[in-house]
Amino acid sequence: MMNSNQSATLQVAGSGANHAPENTERNGAGPAMVLRGLHKTFEAQVVLNGVDLTVGSGETLAVLGRSGTGKSVLLKLIVGLQKPDSGSILIHGQEITNSNLEAVNEIRKTIGFLFQNAALYDSLTVEENVAFPLRRHTKMSASERADRVKELLAGVGMENELNKMPTELSGGMQKRVGLARALALEPGILLLDEPTAGLDPITSREIDELILKLQEERDVASIVVTHDLHSAKTIADRIVLLHEGNAVIEGTFEELERSDDKFVAEFFKRDS
Amino acid sequence: MSHNAKISRLWVGHDALQGTSLVQSSLASLWSPINGFLEWFGELGIFVWQVMRATVRRPFEGRELIRQLDEVGSKSLPMVAMAGAAIGAVLALESRHSLIRFGAKAMLPAAIVFAIIHETGPVVTGLVVSGRVGAGIGAELGSMKVTEQIDAIEASGVNPYKLLAFTRIAACVLMLPLLTLAADFAGVMTGWIATALAEPISFQKFLHAGFAGASFSDFLAPTFRTTVFGLIIGVIACFQGMRSQGGTEGVGRSATSSVVLSSLFVMLADVILTKLILVFFP
Repeated sequence: MMNSNQSATLQVAGSGANHAPENTERNGAGPAMVLRGLHKTFEAQVVLNGVDLTVGSGETLAVLGRSGTGKSVLLKLIVGLQKPDSGSILIHGQEITNSNLEAVNEIRKTIGFLFQNAALYDSLTVEENVAFPLRRHTKMSASERADRVKELLAGVGMENELNKMPTELSGGMQKRVGLARALALEPGILLLDEPTAGLDPITSREIDELILKLQEERDVASIVVTHDLHSAKTIADRIVLLHEGNAVIEGTFEELERSDDKFVAEFFKRDS
Repeated sequence: MSHNAKISRLWVGHDALQGTSLVQSSLASLWSPINGFLEWFGELGIFVWQVMRATVRRPFEGRELIRQLDEVGSKSLPMVAMAGAAIGAVLALESRHSLIRFGAKAMLPAAIVFAIIHETGPVVTGLVVSGRVGAGIGAELGSMKVTEQIDAIEASGVNPYKLLAFTRIAACVLMLPLLTLAADFAGVMTGWIATALAEPISFQKFLHAGFAGASFSDFLAPTFRTTVFGLIIGVIACFQGMRSQGGTEGVGRSATSSVVLSSLFVMLADVILTKLILVFFP
């Protein structure tokens, strides 16, 4: 995780402006994700109205905002589950909005996605769930795969639940398994959709610690969509606040907390 | 102009306006279901195209296909065989009285065998499978859709149209003719048993009389038209499941609509295919 000295200066978004902090291109590598002018509308409802974001390698960006402001949609656009009405999405420099399915699938292999409710395959055991991407995209032997699955599950403290079905697990355990599955192919990018939603404070803290541990061990670029300000403060290098389809402000947690903007102040006041 | 004339002209204008809005609302209420139906068909066309595109690309999902063959075939077998058996027995009991009345008792084995092989076997199999398998696929894929499992498959770089839809559609297409054979066999067996209980006749004699004058096409065309039934059941159930929306209520709607629509289209296809078979295999 980056320290606060490195992180972004407070910026108020304007349409089409580049809000990328300079440090998103640290370590000499290009940014992991560059989103430019993203627009998305569902029937008459404008969900995203020209969002620009850049996330550097090894950086964690938390996306905050009220319910229905398009935070989850943003993640689905990045992984190509939905198409933007207009705008550009570069993943490791490769444009995905106009790529064919084969190219998008190749990019998807470099992205780990933790869904809001974990979205574990309910007809498969915990072990089979984590093995799914390995079985599909690697040439590992059965024993190599089993070892890798055990290693991944041990990393999230679930190594003793191999043969359980997802319905036998609590919400927190499902998220851990979902995280292990998201990490199976050692992705360079991690998208986490409300990783602590619906969890008790202790389990939320455990999930946060797990994410921090992963950040220390692997140099992944992450976007975390959350409503949990404590979680955002703990795990994110930078925070962006979405409002009415736009990224209204971005910076460190402390910077946003000090903001004079009425909406930002109101948003941060509730949980402080 | 008198006061009365003014009032009556106002009323005429009022009636005309009311009439126009009535016509507009009638047209709108008529157009709405037509529009919905056209939209559904358009989405179905896109879905079929996506499945076809996914089908020709590697990997071919052999493992999942085998699982679905078991799910559609082996697990439907008892129900299909029981339905076929019931139809065979009923046909024997009902036809016997009618044929005796017309002095054509000797035609009973042929009447039973032809009725089962030509029509009741394939249609009963189609309807039983559309009930059991259609509901199962609709509910399973619907549930996967609303819990984002299908999105998770897609996000991991696997094509859900191939893994989930193609394998189920292919299993339905491959299994329907085999299940039809099972229904036919069970129907002929119970038809013979019901006939033999009323008037002893050996199974060999029953079969000989039943298949007398029958050609291979009598058997082949009706049996293989069930591949079309399988295609209909698989496509509609997968389509309804994968477009499911709105939580558990949406899953229920998907399961119900899968059964209703696939049964409806199986019956419609039966009429069209029967006519075509009569034209090409007179």
